[in-house]
Amino acid sequence: MSEKAFLSGNEAAAHGVRLSRPHVVSAYPITPQTTLVEKLAEFVAEGNAGFRYMMVESEHSAMASALGASMMGARAFTASSSQGLLYMCEMLSYVSGARHPVVMVDANRSTATPWNIYGDQRDALSMRDAGWIMLFVESGQEALDTVIQAYKIAEDPKVMTPVMVNLDGFTLTHTYDMVEIPAQDTVDKFLPPFTTANKMSLEDPKTLCQTVGPDFHAEGRYLQQEAFGFAKVIIDEVDREYETFTGRSYGGMIEEYRCEDARVVLVAMGSVVGTTRIVVDQLREQGEKVGLIKIRSFRPFPKEYFKQLQKKFDAMGVIDRSISFGFEGTVFSEVKSSMYGSDTKLSNYIVGLGGRDIPKSLIEEMFHKLFELAGGKDDEEVQFLGMRWK
Amino acid sequence: MAINYKTLDDTELLYGAKTCQGCGAIMAARMMMKILGKKTCLATPACCFAATTTVYPQSAIFVNNAVSAFPGLAATVSGMAVAKEVLGWDEEVTIVGIAGDGGTIDIGLQGLSGAAERNDDIIYLCYDNEAYMNTGVQRSASTPYKSWTTTTPTGVCSKGERNEMRKSLFEIMVAHRIPYIATASVAYPKDFMEKIAKAKTVKGCKVIHVTAPCPTGWGYDPSLTVEIGKMAVELGLWYLAECENGEMKLNHMPKKLGPVDDYLKMQKRFKHLNEKDYVEISKIRDREWIRLKKMFGLA
Repeated sequence: MSEKAFLSGNEAAAHGVRLSRPHVVSAYPITPQTTLVEKLAEFVAEGNAGFRYMMVESEHSAMASALGASMMGARAFTASSSQGLLYMCEMLSYVSGARHPVVMVDANRSTATPWNIYGDQRDALSMRDAGWIMLFVESGQEALDTVIQAYKIAEDPKVMTPVMVNLDGFTLTHTYDMVEIPAQDTVDKFLPPFTTANKMSLEDPKTLCQTVGPDFHAEGRYLQQEAFGFAKVIIDEVDREYETFTGRSYGGMIEEYRCEDARVVLVAMGSVVGTTRIVVDQLREQGEKVGLIKIRSFRPFPKEYFKQLQKKFDAMGVIDRSISFGFEGTVFSEVKSSMYGSDTKLSNYIVGLGGRDIPKSLIEEMFHKLFELAGGKDDEEVQFLGMRWK
Repeated sequence: MAINYKTLDDTELLYGAKTCQGCGAIMAARMMMKILGKKTCLATPACCFAATTTVYPQSAIFVNNAVSAFPGLAATVSGMAVAKEVLGWDEEVTIVGIAGDGGTIDIGLQGLSGAAERNDDIIYLCYDNEAYMNTGVQRSASTPYKSWTTTTPTGVCSKGERNEMRKSLFEIMVAHRIPYIATASVAYPKDFMEKIAKAKTVKGCKVIHVTAPCPTGWGYDPSLTVEIGKMAVELGLWYLAECENGEMKLNHMPKKLGPVDDYLKMQKRFKHLNEKDYVEISKIRDREWIRLKKMFGLA
């Protein structure tokens, strides 16, 4: 039987890890990921873990030992955030290039300097090209469910690519909500034990994680790109299948919220999706035709979805909690390039940096701006909103 | 744990490597594989050993192996060792990390310290060729005093490597209180293989630091690798020792700490040195031996 509990996002994710029955967890604490790894340590202390917990001396070693464990055929987990993610960056591409389906949680946090422990998505989005599948969640419940889904996606023989589950620092990691914890036997039926040929074996010794020169290198990269193509299908399939076991699903790669007849929509990723839902509901009550598109999978990116939108909406705004300096918001770039050829008016709103609150009023302001843009107003493409000064 | 050459297994688990002639590192790895046998899973960072043994689609290694990142080797083999236990692999399987002096003493030290502190069940072999050889002879923390390297070039303002003392991996690992630490030399194969054999029987973190002369980086005739290795030990420029469960033991005491001139003159990396330098290096060596004798309880 499933049970309900009042949990923080990190605790919920920790339950997702426990239920996924990893063999090895290796982690190094960093705010705001700490309460996740503390919860995992509690599971070990209480005898409820079933995994070996490696207390490594750094994030680099956390990912390196996850790689080592995976090479032996183990299901491995780690978690990090911000500087820790940057520190393990080198190992991210080792794990993905060698096709080891490690799952990690990143508690999204800004990157220094200025030193800042609070939430934005600069850490994960700077790892865009590390070769990891990157999923972003909206709630603690989704964090728990997505960790379990992540193993199923990562270990799919056609995918065999690591998955990073992202939850916004503090806004999700440290806020409490009622969460349904699925029963272990339900998860066991959904997520079978990990089997792979991509592991060391006494009967059939292998060279793993190896050096590949110019003669074969591009072919390996082609296979990685192909795997991300398969992942687009698998992410949707796994989410639908998860619903048959638990009654919960999240739209797979993408979710449209009240978009049917919308004139303007906001595109969002992570915890700000929840705030935007409320604002959409409020504006809809006032008769405004607004909608929301939630990006759940940043890599692979739902390019085909955005491409088919064509001129469905008059104007679209992309909320970014990161910026690629000298260009534009990171998510905005992806949406804009996916919609190449469409003449939908697009705006990029940079907000929520370094943990700055994104109040409902700011979301309302975005919708207001989008209606103006749709009405023909000439507006700057990339805008910092909610600033003390510019 | 005595090794008898006559009864040593003929099976080779490492051959066909594209190393330079006279490579000490590959001698060390080959001898190690002879002792550890087929039930071995090894990993290595992107060093000489990796570059010369496994580039797809070829491999000179006949056991499970993998390449990991420079700072990540110790943690990678740690993860392998823990997974081996959790997954119930054959207990006789040895998990081994092989890295050079740079990958161990410099960029790999933090990870090795972590693995040692956790006492994960691994053998970590550091083959020491006294510089970053795979990238083209740049200095490491194990490069000897006044040695030329490409990053310690000689000139009016430079006589090569400035540090008089190399970082002591042996003592660093002793401070971690792991069950077995040894130094060795490829020029003393029996001693080296016996140390590997002993490490194989010990549970926990074992670190073996083997000196591995490099004809390319040091600048000597490739046929002289063993000769040079022997000279280094007999002249007291390297030592053979063990620390088993905290018990320190010097395995070989040089008969006489003679002049270092010939050893240095044989190698191009020291060709800029003169009589004064030879005397200075001898004095540093003598001072170090006073310390070493105390450390091994021989003073």
